[in-house]
Amino acid sequence: MSNQILQKKQLSDDVFQMRLSAPLIASERQPGQFIMLQVDALGERIPLTIADADEKQGTIDIIYQVVGKTTSLLSRLNVGDAILNLVGPLGKPTHIEQLGTVVCVGGGIGVAPMHPIAKAMKQKGNHVIIIVGARNEKLLILQDEMRAIADELIVCTDDGSAGRKGLVTQPLKEICERTPKPNLVLAIGPPIMMKFCAETTRPFQVPTVVSLNTIMVDGTGMCGGCRVSVGKEIKFVCVDGPEFDGHLVDFDNMMNRLKTYIPHERGAHDQCKLNAQIQKKI
Amino acid sequence: MQTQRANSKKDLNKILSMSEKTAQELMSEAKEIFAKILPRASSLTPKERIAIPAQEMPSQDPHERRKNMSEVAIGYSPEQVRLEAMRCLQCKNAPCIKGCPVAINIPGFIQAAAEGDFQKSINIIKQNNVLPAICGRVCPQEEQCQTNCTVGKALKNKNLSVSIGRIERFVADWERENGKSESPEVLPETGKKVAIIGGGPAGITVAADVRRQGHAVTMLEAFHKPGGVMVYGIPEFRLPKKIVEQEINTLKNMGVNVETNFVVGRTRTLNDLLGKDGFDAIFIGTGAGLPKFMNIEGENLVGVFSANEYLTRSNLMRAFDPQAHTPIYPSQKVAVLGGGNVAMDAARTAVRLGAKEVHLIYRRTEVEMPARIEEVAHAKEEGIIFHLLTNVKRVLGNNDGRVQAVECLKYELGEPDASGRRRPVEIKGSEFMMDLDTVIVAIGNECNPLIKQTTPELSVNKWGNIIADDNGLTSMKKVYAGGDIVLGAATVILAMGQGRKAAESINAELKRNSSNDSQKQAS
Repeated sequence: MSNQILQKKQLSDDVFQMRLSAPLIASERQPGQFIMLQVDALGERIPLTIADADEKQGTIDIIYQVVGKTTSLLSRLNVGDAILNLVGPLGKPTHIEQLGTVVCVGGGIGVAPMHPIAKAMKQKGNHVIIIVGARNEKLLILQDEMRAIADELIVCTDDGSAGRKGLVTQPLKEICERTPKPNLVLAIGPPIMMKFCAETTRPFQVPTVVSLNTIMVDGTGMCGGCRVSVGKEIKFVCVDGPEFDGHLVDFDNMMNRLKTYIPHERGAHDQCKLNAQIQKKI
Repeated sequence: MQTQRANSKKDLNKILSMSEKTAQELMSEAKEIFAKILPRASSLTPKERIAIPAQEMPSQDPHERRKNMSEVAIGYSPEQVRLEAMRCLQCKNAPCIKGCPVAINIPGFIQAAAEGDFQKSINIIKQNNVLPAICGRVCPQEEQCQTNCTVGKALKNKNLSVSIGRIERFVADWERENGKSESPEVLPETGKKVAIIGGGPAGITVAADVRRQGHAVTMLEAFHKPGGVMVYGIPEFRLPKKIVEQEINTLKNMGVNVETNFVVGRTRTLNDLLGKDGFDAIFIGTGAGLPKFMNIEGENLVGVFSANEYLTRSNLMRAFDPQAHTPIYPSQKVAVLGGGNVAMDAARTAVRLGAKEVHLIYRRTEVEMPARIEEVAHAKEEGIIFHLLTNVKRVLGNNDGRVQAVECLKYELGEPDASGRRRPVEIKGSEFMMDLDTVIVAIGNECNPLIKQTTPELSVNKWGNIIADDNGLTSMKKVYAGGDIVLGAATVILAMGQGRKAAESINAELKRNSSNDSQKQAS
């Protein structure tokens, strides 16, 4: 059955991995692309990145953090349940080519979409340096998978519970200082991390690609809710992106636009949590 | 013509907006007149027909409807529809048909309606139009069939033409509500496969016309519900979604396979549909779904939305329903930029979602507004404040990056431009501020780039519209296109008109192919 949940794994407190039956998406998707899903008929459509796919099995993997109502509902579905609507793959694929040294920076659950990109970059013959960051050890995901790909793997945590203590921008800066400089930096993670990765590489003039995750309704160019300023031009993340030149993205505006529905979402999420607690008690 | 429309608008206000008659009063008045006329119905002289009062559309009270999403226009009573139909002079030359993009036999269906034979009436319409309940509601009749009506001309007022659209709507509703709708007949299977990309008005028309000939039809829709602009764009209060659903069900009953969540250009490329999936013909009807912005300062502030986004949240995602999870911006003071139907829809939606003040800002005058006259009138009745010859120069935000105000500029009309409309010219130093929290941009759409991005051999013009010949054939063999993706943002009925033509060409091509196939087999 299409859209069925075949596997479910809790990676940390609020991070889940699900394997979904989606043969059409699995056969077409390429690194860098995303899907949109709607959990049930009253649900919101949200974009989620594709962490992995198996064309033969006809499956895709999604990894998501519970941050709002939709992800909360999604986390309560179990193996055997189906997601009402699932569409994709959406967005332009990552441009994969042999460049030399490629640095892949993944922050938080940004490590998930980075995984297939790093894999493809490695397969293309690049020297792949992977920097992964998280608040603490518990929130680090896909360590083994990344280690298997990386020529160099650098782990950072905010509290020092694993790897280096500090932000991903520190090792990134050190790598940029090497001779020769890396040929490309790819950064996927929280907007603030991508912003500072771009700021870190800017003085070194290392091309830096970021993958944006903005508010979307349709994911096909129709709503314009995902628009961002890139080099003073309006771009739509869904059809022009999700990847853009990190040195040209107006991150402050993008972060602000992500807060459009924050009061609404907070209310909805709290209500959702409350309902879940009530259900548990009953 | 423009001044005529302006003058007649005053009359229209009398008819439409300023009417103090309730739906019930209108209907009981019609009942009385009808009773008097009925005995002589078959022998009315043209003069007597013209003297029958034009029937107003009974509508929900403006104060009430501001608070609900239900349809504004209630629809004619049986007496009203027959009276309105009796106004028709049955002109031999039928100027109305010339104005109809799908050439419905208008005098024919109106005569049947006048006689009270609603079944016959709807049957006549359905020979040419697969979506009468929808077209009766959203067609710009005053620019099409009703514009050349002899009755309107005799009364020197285009708005007093026979209300062809309202009669169409009545008989289509009558059929549906009485359970008389039947799926059109489908010929035996031919073994040919046709893919329709996009489940909007153009796609629905092609799907029905091609399926009737016995070809297997698969409709590929990007959203989770088919219907296109009729589902995501046009609000419930103007076009109830159950009507669109019913039309889709008719297609399904005919054997059309509807696949949702399928984005051609991403889920599958056009070439794979032809190659891997073996479709014998493809129709592209993906619409004009890429909102335009004004490229002014502050346009990316929180609180600025495309009308597409605002309307999709409310319509398709049902954000007006407290049970639905999709949020919509909680607005107090809203400005809608634009003067088309989409602008009216967005403004009237904002009112219903609880905005205290809704301003409509349009660069030209009311005469040039592309919106249907009825929508403009309804918007005014609902308290939308019109600012004509005005444009927004920039959007200003507060410290949180949220919309706080817009700076506007006044315009005056100058010389006519290429479109024949007088060009609005800005008045220097006329800037003024309006405090607001929401701006909705409804200045049109560009073409969706997805199929073009992954099909470089498909020819498009400089605006990204797919180039198609008179038969709807594109630069690629077996690939046809129609509707807004070819026309640029237009109307439901024009999309259907193009769909009809493309369907005819597809059916002809497939017929040629199968006779070639059988010749090959014979030899």
